[in-house]
Amino acid sequence: MNLVKLIEFFRGRLKTVVRLCFVVLAVLVLLDAIPAIVDKEHAHTSIEHWPGFWAVFGFVACVLIIIISKWFGHAGIMVREDYYEDGSAPLASTPKGHHE
Amino acid sequence: MNNFWIHPALILILGALLLPLVPAALKKAYLLLVPILVFLRVYTMAHGTFGEVSFLNWTLVFGRVDALSNVFGYIMSLMCILGTLYGLHVKDDAQHIASWIYVSGSIGCIYAGDFITLFLFWELMAFSSVFLIWFRGRRESLGAGYRYLLVHIFGGLALLAGMVWHCNTQGSWAFDASFCKLAVHHATPATYLILIGFILNAAVPPLHAWLPDAYGEATFNGSVFMCAFTTKTAVYALCRGFAGTEILVPLGVIMALYGVVYAVLENDSRRLLAYHIISQVGYMVAGVGLGTEMAINGACAHAFAHILYKGLLFMGCGAVLHMTGQSKFTELGGLWKKMPWTFLFTLIGGLSISAFPLFSGFVSKSMIVTAGFEEHKLWVGYLLLLASAGTFLHTGLKVPYFIWFGKNKPKKETWDRAAEPPWNMNVAMAVAAFLCIFIGCYYPYLYKMLPYQEAAAEFAKTVYSPYHISETLQILLFTGLGFFLLLKKLVPEPTISLDMDWFYRKGGRAFLWFAKYPVQSVDNFIGELYRYAGLIPLMLTAKVSGLFDNYVIDGAVDGFASSFRGIGRRLRFVQRGQMQQNLAFAFAVAAAIIVAFLLFSRISKASVPARLSLPGAPVSQSALPTAGLTSDAVTTR
Repeated sequence: MNLVKLIEFFRGRLKTVVRLCFVVLAVLVLLDAIPAIVDKEHAHTSIEHWPGFWAVFGFVACVLIIIISKWFGHAGIMVREDYYEDGSAPLASTPKGHHE
Repeated sequence: MNNFWIHPALILILGALLLPLVPAALKKAYLLLVPILVFLRVYTMAHGTFGEVSFLNWTLVFGRVDALSNVFGYIMSLMCILGTLYGLHVKDDAQHIASWIYVSGSIGCIYAGDFITLFLFWELMAFSSVFLIWFRGRRESLGAGYRYLLVHIFGGLALLAGMVWHCNTQGSWAFDASFCKLAVHHATPATYLILIGFILNAAVPPLHAWLPDAYGEATFNGSVFMCAFTTKTAVYALCRGFAGTEILVPLGVIMALYGVVYAVLENDSRRLLAYHIISQVGYMVAGVGLGTEMAINGACAHAFAHILYKGLLFMGCGAVLHMTGQSKFTELGGLWKKMPWTFLFTLIGGLSISAFPLFSGFVSKSMIVTAGFEEHKLWVGYLLLLASAGTFLHTGLKVPYFIWFGKNKPKKETWDRAAEPPWNMNVAMAVAAFLCIFIGCYYPYLYKMLPYQEAAAEFAKTVYSPYHISETLQILLFTGLGFFLLLKKLVPEPTISLDMDWFYRKGGRAFLWFAKYPVQSVDNFIGELYRYAGLIPLMLTAKVSGLFDNYVIDGAVDGFASSFRGIGRRLRFVQRGQMQQNLAFAFAVAAAIIVAFLLFSRISKASVPARLSLPGAPVSQSALPTAGLTSDAVTTR
């Protein structure tokens, strides 16, 4: 049950955790700007040499995915859960026989 | 040929068949022993060609063991151990039997050296896995299972037709490298049919809707098996037969993004994971399409890593389903107090699929992305990285957040039921989680198994370069920032999303309607026509004149009447939608096609030498009517 205590510990200090996360994000971009630490020799394109390019890429990707998908979903793709159940009763009554 | 060569799938099939005879006290030990034996068998298998069996005019090759088949065989048999351990407490023998036969189908495909063997095991997989859906026992599972089966029958028939066509022009049944070259440069309709059969199993849109439909509806441990075998066996088949097929690159990229988009909309955790299988297999398909040594390595490595982390994720969500009876985000939330270990394991799976450094996805996914950049297909690299942001968004953040945290409060009975799962499920998750981290930290373990060793060694030098780590962490952590900023937009909604299965779920109804109304009214019309124009005048004439021979008229009328009644009965049979009988009929047709084909090729092969040895003389005729047709076809060619 130590795991529960650990999660409780972090939840009790949510503000500190959030601040810490922002520090990590900032440090990440800063490190990316120092060529001595992050050697961009293996970069595929010139645009990647901009410091923090991938940070912007990740953030924009995330926002785009959420907004475009939600727009797509609300354009008629998302339907109520019983959508397929409507009238799913098999075409029940066997047609009335003739000649019988 | 070595007489003592034992096929790993054979151990598993025999093990499955003997399972009901094992006494209850030994059952758990037996359930673990058999998959471990299979794994050891795969692990110790030497490279080469084994298990050659003569069948009619062909040599079936059951065991083509090389680097490519071994890496897939290794992970499949490993996953079989984990999956069985996860469901160890399930009392129902039939479930274990179904999953073992399913796995043996997959292993059989992987070691198959020819098309007939491949097809045999390919179908075995489809027909055994459907039970993993049906055993859930819900009304929805029955429907989902039938749809799964019908889609796979379609795929199987496409594959069979393509194989027959291809082999008739090639005159060979060897599924090997020469075939690979043919696929890339001289694609024929036959090649495309085979490709359709393969990519249907790989769930490439628009042939993918069976996957979320089935995997969301299977039993809690059935999905753990299913998520590993069908799609990855297809990836193996694509690696073997279609490496470098250009069209697979855009298809793979579309897959990777398609799964991400649908995962945003999904409310059911297991269906969300299923959409992410499509997304992840997209990377592999794109890798196969790129076809370079690094890309094929990447496809294999990613399949290997994927089986472990996706199995782990399905285990985590399956544990929630098993314990609470719920898999929908709107019915769950705040479970961290009740199932903290399940949370931790699922989070490890989520970090692995998102390709965090030190987790397995990091060392495998980047191989495919790098291969895309190195081929100067920048759009492939960028779009795959875009999809990887989406992967972290859903599997790494959305799944753990909305099940174990979030503002939503589950119903009281869900909350009361929630608890840590039985020990065996926890151990299976722990082992899978360990392997995910182990591969991420000690990547030579995985890289040593890959088919192209030089390319793998080359890539190993740069995989943990600071730039690669910085790039990945930036993408992922800033995706995390976006997630928490847009959290309100992501709150799950109790909906389902329409997908390609709409066409056969609603389209099927249109067909039934067509059968009921237009066809039936034509039937009625003919019936009425017959009554007024045929029967009544005839009866009147008969009565009035009394000259006709009553027996003749009666005979004719009776004959007509009974034939119409017969047609009506047959139509009603279709209209009642008796799926089981229709399915049995479809299988019978498929079997008849196979038999007809076997006869056909046997005779046409036999007739060729006859024609060669006796030029001008009539081709040797067999008693069978098809023989005449075949030899005519041969002579006119």
